[in-house]
Amino acid sequence: MSAKSASTNPQSILKNHLHAACAATALLLGAGSATQAADLNALIWCDHADPALLQPFEEANGVKVNVKEFEGTGAGLAIVEQSQPGDWDVMVIDSIDVPRGVEKGLFEPLPEDKLPLADLFPQVKMDGSTVVGGKRYGITEKFGYNTIGYNKTKVDPADMQSMAALTGDKYKGKVAIYDYYLPVIGMAALAIGKKTADLTEADLPALKDELLKMKANAKLVGEVTASQTALATGEVDILVGGGEWVTAGLAKENPALDFSIPKEGAVLWSQSLAMFKDSKNKDMALKFIQYIMSPEGQARLATSSCYWGMPANTKAALTDDQKKVLRFDEQPGFLARAQAYPAPNADLDKKMQDMWTEMLQAK
Amino acid sequence: MSSSANKGRALPRAGSALPRAALPWALVTPALGWTLLFFVLPFIAMGFSSLTAHEGGAFTASNYSQFFTNPSYWQAMVNSLQVTAIVTVISVLLAYPFAWILAEQVPERWQRLALMLAVLPFWTSYVVRSYSWLLVLAQNGVVNRALTSSGLFAEPVQLANTRFATVTGFVHFFVMLLTLTIFANLKQLSPSYRKAAADLGAGPVRTFLHVVLPLTLPGIMVGAFLTFVLCIGDYITPQILGGNNELLMPQLVMMQIGRRGDFPLASALSIILMAVVTIAYLACARWLKIERA
Repeated sequence: MSAKSASTNPQSILKNHLHAACAATALLLGAGSATQAADLNALIWCDHADPALLQPFEEANGVKVNVKEFEGTGAGLAIVEQSQPGDWDVMVIDSIDVPRGVEKGLFEPLPEDKLPLADLFPQVKMDGSTVVGGKRYGITEKFGYNTIGYNKTKVDPADMQSMAALTGDKYKGKVAIYDYYLPVIGMAALAIGKKTADLTEADLPALKDELLKMKANAKLVGEVTASQTALATGEVDILVGGGEWVTAGLAKENPALDFSIPKEGAVLWSQSLAMFKDSKNKDMALKFIQYIMSPEGQARLATSSCYWGMPANTKAALTDDQKKVLRFDEQPGFLARAQAYPAPNADLDKKMQDMWTEMLQAK
Repeated sequence: MSSSANKGRALPRAGSALPRAALPWALVTPALGWTLLFFVLPFIAMGFSSLTAHEGGAFTASNYSQFFTNPSYWQAMVNSLQVTAIVTVISVLLAYPFAWILAEQVPERWQRLALMLAVLPFWTSYVVRSYSWLLVLAQNGVVNRALTSSGLFAEPVQLANTRFATVTGFVHFFVMLLTLTIFANLKQLSPSYRKAAADLGAGPVRTFLHVVLPLTLPGIMVGAFLTFVLCIGDYITPQILGGNNELLMPQLVMMQIGRRGDFPLASALSIILMAVVTIAYLACARWLKIERA
């Protein structure tokens, strides 16, 4: 859908007016808690809400960072659409979804010469998504893998080197599936020997079969907290789609949790930072991005209380213990075997979500 | 007619007739404004959104047709209705005797304390309570430990992340709600009815079935309808306790929003859900009317 066609469509005009009315109402109602212009307003994922990450930046720059958490790009973009231009300064977004924000005319190009791009792991720069029309709109800040998370005292780690273990009888009823269709469909693709970047509608029947086999072995399909809790409490021993983001943060309390990159590979997830075109505080927004991408900011973000993940910056100031937990030194090998997050077009995306719904409803 | 009444009559003549005529409107305007702002306008916006395409914004009825042609979507409604019916029936069956004991057996001076103790668990967060149930029903939870240690089961039973867990979480909440509505109804029931029935030779069971139960049905129906409405629209309990092993309608609605931001489809599904609630209301209202007649 082009921006022009949307803006000239009568339905869209009315829709925009309704959105504007809703936004105006929300603004009136929220006037009491309105943020100050000097504040930095960030739409974030939960890992950016950690005071240990934000406080050093706030103190160094004399600014208050107001954060609003969201889950899912659709929900995040809806918040932006229902806000006034300039309400938000920066946003955390799935790297593959940066073009969605650019298409909506939301993001400001980032100055590459002021960002440590040369220090990033080359495989996670994701230029195919973060660079649009020759301009950089996003910078990868954190990444990891949707792979197999498991309790190594309950399962044979050797079994976790193949995705066949996820659909075999040996661990039936001991498996949880992470409830996000794109990465798990990506894993199903790897299991049947397909490349995640090449998935088409013709692959859906085979993918569905694989998903149904996984579901038949699964005790639950849970979002982040539910699946993490299930693995940590022993309700299940394996998490399909899990990775360092589940196991690393729990390493101290539960060192038995680990993850593998099976022979078929893993799905690489990555999150980016973007700056809003209508930000009223672009200098501070850039400073915030620079802080997050600095070695210190990267270390704090990587070990955030909400979930751990690999810092995109190779120079992240992690301690040796933190690097060990994140398996920092093994990253070159992991990255070589990881495949891109599936990035379907809108039509295929809808079909994949419907396939996921069908899998959830299967008995 | 008293002089004070005449004075009261004289007031409108002394002032304008318009304020008197406008008084009822002035009194209902805040409520009307509230309903208009927070129900009618959002509902119109949602209805409009449900008739637009996610991509391009063109007018379409496809968001509704998807519901009727996609078996997974239809199944979500079936699941919702099944769970809601089970929860409502179990809650009524548990709440009625509980309310009866509170109203009839507990001494009046202890009733307030008993009611407070009954609702005490609801001072905690709904989400925290749901997660607590997850831990209670887990493989290593209290229930499974009791079942295996007592020898009833050799292996832990899967209780968490099932429909059973969802129903349990719902019933825990709605039994209290129903107890309160039925208790209020029982307290309003004059003892004269039962005395009259006894005088006419009816035993306790017959008195209950033919006198007490019919007279407390409005309280049961109000509570049951509230249970139905709150249960069928709830997202938290099935999401936490059901383990996504089946989808209910609110989960299906939320799924459309998360990544794809498909508000038109989410709106259509919400309106279909609202239509089901409206049908339930009409059914209840008509039934109550017949009983009263």
